[in-house]
Amino acid sequence: MVSAIDVAGETPSQAAVRGPRWDGRFTVLILFLPPALLLFTLFVVVPIGEAAWYSAFNWNGFGKPTNWIGLDNYRFVLETRAFWLALRNNGLIIAVSLAVQLPLALALALMLAERFRGAVALRMLFFMPYILAEIATGLIFSFVYDGDYGLVASIWRTFGAEPPHLLASTDTAMLAVLIVIVWKYFGFHMMLFIAALQSLDKSLVEAARIDGATRTQTLRHVVVPLLYPTIRLSVFFAIVGSLQLFDLVMPLTRGGPADSSNTMVSFLYNNGISRMRVGYGSAIGVILFMICVTFAFTYKRWFMRDE
Amino acid sequence: MSSTGTSRAPFDPAALFKALFLAAVAVFVLVPLLATVLGGFKSLGELRVNPFGLPQHWEWQNYADILFSARYWQLLRNSLAISTLAVTLTLIVASMAAFAFAHVRFYGSSMLLSYLTLGLLFPAATAVLPLFIKVRDLGLLDTYFGVALPQVAFSLAMSVLLLRRFFKDIPYELLEAALVDGCSYIKFFRYVTLPLSRPILATVGTITFVNSWNAYLLPLVMLNTDALYPWPLGIMVYQGEYSSEWHLILAFITLTILPTIILFLLAQKHIVAGLTAGAVKG
Repeated sequence: MVSAIDVAGETPSQAAVRGPRWDGRFTVLILFLPPALLLFTLFVVVPIGEAAWYSAFNWNGFGKPTNWIGLDNYRFVLETRAFWLALRNNGLIIAVSLAVQLPLALALALMLAERFRGAVALRMLFFMPYILAEIATGLIFSFVYDGDYGLVASIWRTFGAEPPHLLASTDTAMLAVLIVIVWKYFGFHMMLFIAALQSLDKSLVEAARIDGATRTQTLRHVVVPLLYPTIRLSVFFAIVGSLQLFDLVMPLTRGGPADSSNTMVSFLYNNGISRMRVGYGSAIGVILFMICVTFAFTYKRWFMRDE
Repeated sequence: MSSTGTSRAPFDPAALFKALFLAAVAVFVLVPLLATVLGGFKSLGELRVNPFGLPQHWEWQNYADILFSARYWQLLRNSLAISTLAVTLTLIVASMAAFAFAHVRFYGSSMLLSYLTLGLLFPAATAVLPLFIKVRDLGLLDTYFGVALPQVAFSLAMSVLLLRRFFKDIPYELLEAALVDGCSYIKFFRYVTLPLSRPILATVGTITFVNSWNAYLLPLVMLNTDALYPWPLGIMVYQGEYSSEWHLILAFITLTILPTIILFLLAQKHIVAGLTAGAVKG
């Protein structure tokens, strides 16, 4: 590929315009890069650095932070039971994504990647929950789960049982949230798999069939291995998504009852932001940041080397 | 519903299983949505005894009251203003940066690009408290910009990567020729790159729009004035006020997700492409 600074192989006319062209490059760099870099630095990089700084103070956000308490905020976070509950819940979300959502998405993709009447309509239908706002989804399901008016309650009543208040019990709240997560996100993962299946090298599948492999064998030994990169990607998105899950939890449970359905971010919101405990909240943010970055790097190194 | 089928058996248990499975998933997805839309047409009393079926008596009043309320339109206007701002700024800022990264060779180019892609690694939530203080110190608290600017900043990494990959496919010879003919980089960007890049601009614009339209955390932290609330904040307030009048809440939900669904049906291609775009690395 020829670049603007390649000197070798230039024709005289190209050499002649090299001077002004460099000026042109300079102008374009001076005009085009700073807006993005400035915005990014100001609103992404600096706040992360400030989070690390603020996390060493006991500060309510007004005036200047002066009450230096070192690493105490981190100790307070780690000593909070709700923090570990939130971490466990994030783990649960990841487990359900891997054990339920991923196989479901893959199975549906295999069915819907083929052409038949209604396949496209079904794909769109299954993808639709993904584009709905999490707030709307959460509200819809707080109706579904409502112990007096909800769909679940109505089903319970037809069997003559007393309807449960699923979202109000520490035993069931997180389970209820997990079901909503699968409802909302399986379509996205299905679409990832469909896209991968459609760009798959069909000749490999045909070769296997010609060699006498059954449908199941072809699927297990040819198609699924070819999908491994997409599966790894889907797992990556599921984990990253779980670490930032917040909007969906708020209308459903606000993290309750008794912190039983908090995620990391809703824990951060309930304990740091809504009470303006800037130092404490920043410490939670820094911990979350470390988890995200460590995870992203390890995962990329271990599983996505070739991409 | 059998597959392409060269030898279609009269009864194929696999096909039957497949049909049943797909139907079950379709019911799982559809029932909550339909119950929401229909619930908005019921009275509270009917909702309690008949949450699933069609309304016996269609209560158009629920929907009409919301549609004729100033509040509903105010919420949509606020959401539209914030999302439009986010989309416009993202498209301008990200496409300029992506152009510089794609077409101008300079020292430190790959370093700066890696710097930007750090933004892919963590969510805005991690830094939301310092972000709040920053926005407050800049005097942008309680303004559309206070919400839109951080949204743009956090979506920059993905947008720049997507745009840059597309820009790179524009033949370099085209730029060479244009430069020789005395066209400047900026003119080339304006009159060649951008017009050729409509599909990717539409995709990036759509992702940014959907994300901004649906966002809850940033507006929640940055806005205090009720009159500036976008719809996700407004609907949470509404639900707080009418806590158990589910028929009204359901009508309100339906009317607020309606724009999203219409947009989805109109721009399916861009939305699916955009939202699954991370699948292909930049």
